[in-house]
Amino acid sequence: MATRRKFLNYVLTGGIIGWLGTVLYPVISYLKPPPLAEANVNSVKAGALADLAVNSSKIVKFGRKPVILIRTEQNDLRAFAATCTHLDCIVQFRPDTEQIWCACHNGIYDLKGRNVSGPPPRPLDEFSVNIIDDEIVIAQESEKG
Amino acid sequence: MNDLERSKWFNWLDERFNLKPLVEFMRHKEVPVHRYSVWYYMGGVTLFLFVIQVFSGILLLFYYQPGVDSAYESVRFLMTKVEFGWLFRSIHSWSANLMVFFIFVHMFSTFFTGSYRKPRELTWISGFILLALALGFGFSGYLLPWNELAFFATKVGTDIVGAVPLVGDMIRTVLRGGEDVTGGTLLRFYAFHVAMLPAIFTVVLAVHLLLIQRQGMHEPESVSAAGTQVKKTMPFFPNFFLRDALLWMVVLNILLYLAVFFPWELGEKADAFVPAPAGIRPEWYFMFMFQTLKLLPAHVLFIEGEVLGILFFILIAAAWLTVPFWETKINRNIRPRPMTVIGIAAIIFIIVMTVLGYVL
Repeated sequence: MATRRKFLNYVLTGGIIGWLGTVLYPVISYLKPPPLAEANVNSVKAGALADLAVNSSKIVKFGRKPVILIRTEQNDLRAFAATCTHLDCIVQFRPDTEQIWCACHNGIYDLKGRNVSGPPPRPLDEFSVNIIDDEIVIAQESEKG
Repeated sequence: MNDLERSKWFNWLDERFNLKPLVEFMRHKEVPVHRYSVWYYMGGVTLFLFVIQVFSGILLLFYYQPGVDSAYESVRFLMTKVEFGWLFRSIHSWSANLMVFFIFVHMFSTFFTGSYRKPRELTWISGFILLALALGFGFSGYLLPWNELAFFATKVGTDIVGAVPLVGDMIRTVLRGGEDVTGGTLLRFYAFHVAMLPAIFTVVLAVHLLLIQRQGMHEPESVSAAGTQVKKTMPFFPNFFLRDALLWMVVLNILLYLAVFFPWELGEKADAFVPAPAGIRPEWYFMFMFQTLKLLPAHVLFIEGEVLGILFFILIAAAWLTVPFWETKINRNIRPRPMTVIGIAAIIFIIVMTVLGYVL
């Protein structure tokens, strides 16, 4: 009888699809990594001012993110997220051109973090820099007084 | 009756598994002989290199330790302390590159000779899947030594995937095992490279080879249409197989020459808090895509350049996968043939972009 066969086919197909769902759902959920508890970093100490020469830079760990700290020729201190807004590479300060450069795809930012040439679509996020007792302190921009 | 069928061993097995039809099949297997026959060997070379990958890969597993603090060190140990460690790693890397190269040669030869046409559509599709899996092998294997170049190339590569509309973010997170490329990413790539991809690849490869055995070698239209004279063929066993084997020996020699005289370098250990050095680049077979994305401006109209580039490559891949289905609608009487023009344009694009990638 065709209808009985059809009914059984529906039940079997539905059962198999449901079974696949119950297998695949946990597998896919398992492959998605759980969000790590992010240490809520608002500011970090970046060493003594005297240790950072004029027209040089260094990469500082800001929680799990790299931040580039630059002491400009004019003796200004600036800090930006060091992750290129293009494809995630880590940028570097070029003392010769006084620009921030990403070597991966030749992206260039000026010393205000603005993307001036190459592929980066957005400026770098800026961090505030303060000097407390001769020590450089980098903080999230919103913290700025 | 030949020697084989007289042998005691064969008869013992044949009684139990009825092997005679199989022997009969192999005895009658013929390969067409014509001026394009040389291309028949390219798939075989690829298969040979895959076997080398399996064996050299298993050897590397005896010393490799995934992990941020151990991956680079274990590869360095393998290369400097373990006897012939440098050789097996070098063979694995070179053979991987040669394998991808021969996949491309094999693919374009089947493209230009029209082998993908009915009834071989599924062979083409299984081949396309094998290409995608091979690229996955390359991408995941590149990161395993955890050196600077591979670290940034992986950051860039996975970030590009992230630009895919809608599902990109999820795929990137699953690939990376989190927000960033970390030790978690390394573990995942290790799992892809040594377990998941080999398992899938082996199954698809088996299907690919079975389909080819079932249908026999394709004869290009220009040859089959050429005339009424008796077609030349060659028995697969032993004539074609011995030629295959000879070519494998030649390839093995080239491979060993490359592995010994141009050993694969290890580079600097990856550090997530050091600026990317100049000269970050993917493996050569990703270079044309990488270079295309690099040449696109940040924004094209209102779309990010990256997104546009990725949509372009997804479209091209979909078109390439489905060649057997839309090619039939194209007029083959136009000269030059449209499919030949498409194939040559693809090759020129790949070569030009690859060269630009290394020169610029």
